[in-house]
Amino acid sequence: MKSRPMIAMSVLAVSLLLGACGSRVKLNEVAVEDRNITGANAAASSGAAGGAGSASGSGASSAQGAGAALAPATSAGASIAPSDLAARKGPAAVPSDLALVIYFDYDSFEIKPEFQPVVQGHARYLSVNKDRKLVLEGHTDERGGREYNLALGQKRAESVSRALSVLGVTGAQVESVSFGQETPAATGSDEVAFQKNRRVEFRYR
Amino acid sequence: MTGFLNRRLLVLGALSAPLTARAQFRVEVSGLGMAQLPIALPALRGEGVAPQAVSAVVRADLERSGMFRAVEAGGAVVDETSQLDSALWRQRGADFMVAGSISALANGSFDVRFRLWDAVRAQDLGGQAFAVTRSDLRGVAHRIADFIYEKLIGEKGVFSTRITFVTRAGGRHTLWVADADGGNPQPVRFSPEPIISPSWSPSGSHLAYVSFESRKPDIFVLDMKTGRPRLMANFRGSNSAPAWSADGRQIVATLSRDGGSQIFAIDATLGGEPRRLIQSGSIDTEPVCSADGRWIYFVSDRSGSPQIYRMATSGGQAEWVNTGLRYNISPAVSPDGRFIAFVARLDNAFRLHLMDLSTRAVTPLSDTAADESPSFSPNGRLILYATQQQGRDQLMTTTLDGRIRAALLGQNGSIRDPQWGPYAQ
Repeated sequence: MKSRPMIAMSVLAVSLLLGACGSRVKLNEVAVEDRNITGANAAASSGAAGGAGSASGSGASSAQGAGAALAPATSAGASIAPSDLAARKGPAAVPSDLALVIYFDYDSFEIKPEFQPVVQGHARYLSVNKDRKLVLEGHTDERGGREYNLALGQKRAESVSRALSVLGVTGAQVESVSFGQETPAATGSDEVAFQKNRRVEFRYR
Repeated sequence: MTGFLNRRLLVLGALSAPLTARAQFRVEVSGLGMAQLPIALPALRGEGVAPQAVSAVVRADLERSGMFRAVEAGGAVVDETSQLDSALWRQRGADFMVAGSISALANGSFDVRFRLWDAVRAQDLGGQAFAVTRSDLRGVAHRIADFIYEKLIGEKGVFSTRITFVTRAGGRHTLWVADADGGNPQPVRFSPEPIISPSWSPSGSHLAYVSFESRKPDIFVLDMKTGRPRLMANFRGSNSAPAWSADGRQIVATLSRDGGSQIFAIDATLGGEPRRLIQSGSIDTEPVCSADGRWIYFVSDRSGSPQIYRMATSGGQAEWVNTGLRYNISPAVSPDGRFIAFVARLDNAFRLHLMDLSTRAVTPLSDTAADESPSFSPNGRLILYATQQQGRDQLMTTTLDGRIRAALLGQNGSIRDPQWGPYAQ
């Protein structure tokens, strides 16, 4: 499925860039935002998951794939109310086949090769949809101190953020934050749970 | 044995706002200290009228300090007006003896009196009287323990100080303030999102903490008088690990606003633009300020694994504090600046350690494997930390030699992030 040469090449390019720059690539500096304390994110996850119905055919082409989400939202009976789509000003939905979580090895913040297509997919989407904002949430497993884990989670999120920036995503679109060990995806104190918890989640807002 | 003190810790129920669910905790002292003063603490006369076993709280306080050993009082009925039978108490092995009384007053409050004797010298060392409401009886017990401690040890006791900690139960996160023995816990903040890293201001008037209520870590400062939180840092990225400068004027914290987890100072009153204290391409976090105002100790992975460093309070060069161990996190500095307590990882066990900065000697203080968040008592004699025992979260204290460890609070849910507050001002 994913063996298209273009993707393979860009994955290679990402790896080369990441390898060459190590962890020293600077994040784009962005003015401080003073946001209100609200539960802004309840919307974020539903935004990311919503509108997915149209994306089923988006595997067909590469960089513009994300744009395909503007196509009619349903195939069956879609022709009855044609004016709705034209009126819509909202951004394209995130492609439904694009994973919203990637996983990391213990004590590592390196993006594993199998997850680089995910990072790339988000980069494509963000490049096309410049008004979309992404929050990268870094997480760790429960082992170790809470604050040190918070810093490790931050490092994971920023490692993804750097990869996106290398792929041309502007810094203003991406915020890296960390939850450390505080919100595990899986409960339990074994490696199975730990693996699911060492992650970065992509949350669009 | 009667070395237990059973009290009920009121824990929030999962869904209902008021204090509903109950969990038991006990103060349990085990271990042998080097030179403990043997003291007899018979029940106060009339103690049965009070809803609070005052003498048991006094006894647990003294035992937890590691400086005292309670001698069986053998059901003696004595009070502060009794003549000391020094031969009897010496025969029972007590060098010191405390006796007192509680009487219920007409207005519903209680009159509590006590007297302390030196049984060896047959000497009256003084006493006190309190007229208090029912809710202050625990406080009186701590005051009595402080009186005894100060008379016999010659330095200030910490029994009337407070601690803070965080619980998680059924998706509700609660920030608590309790007596130093974990008793009388009062919730000061609730959140459906995690709360971590509470930190007392040097005067005890404020608590800084990290809350994820905006789906990212931000720093808040809670005014203990009004109970109101104020947003201190919600810069882009993560804002965490708040610690107060010795004068209470600044909050030192880890911000990722410029990329990476880096240490900044923020004016605690005005807020405003943070001042970066140190620059590295690595993790720098968990800052903690020494009481003399000279140093900020912190954790950095600049060498590849987390190590403890210190820098001048104004920032600048980092100086490595070599513990000889590979993985070191969560430093705390003793009030006199002589020791740091920290957590080291050894074979996947996270264990509390103490380093004497003058001799560089490093000693493990626990035999548990999930120790977290050490902090010193304000007199520097005890360390409060969180750990797990038999799969339960537990708050513990230990003496600096690790000989006397006491379980304060435990529950089946999560209880963690304790920090010992300052002396009351």
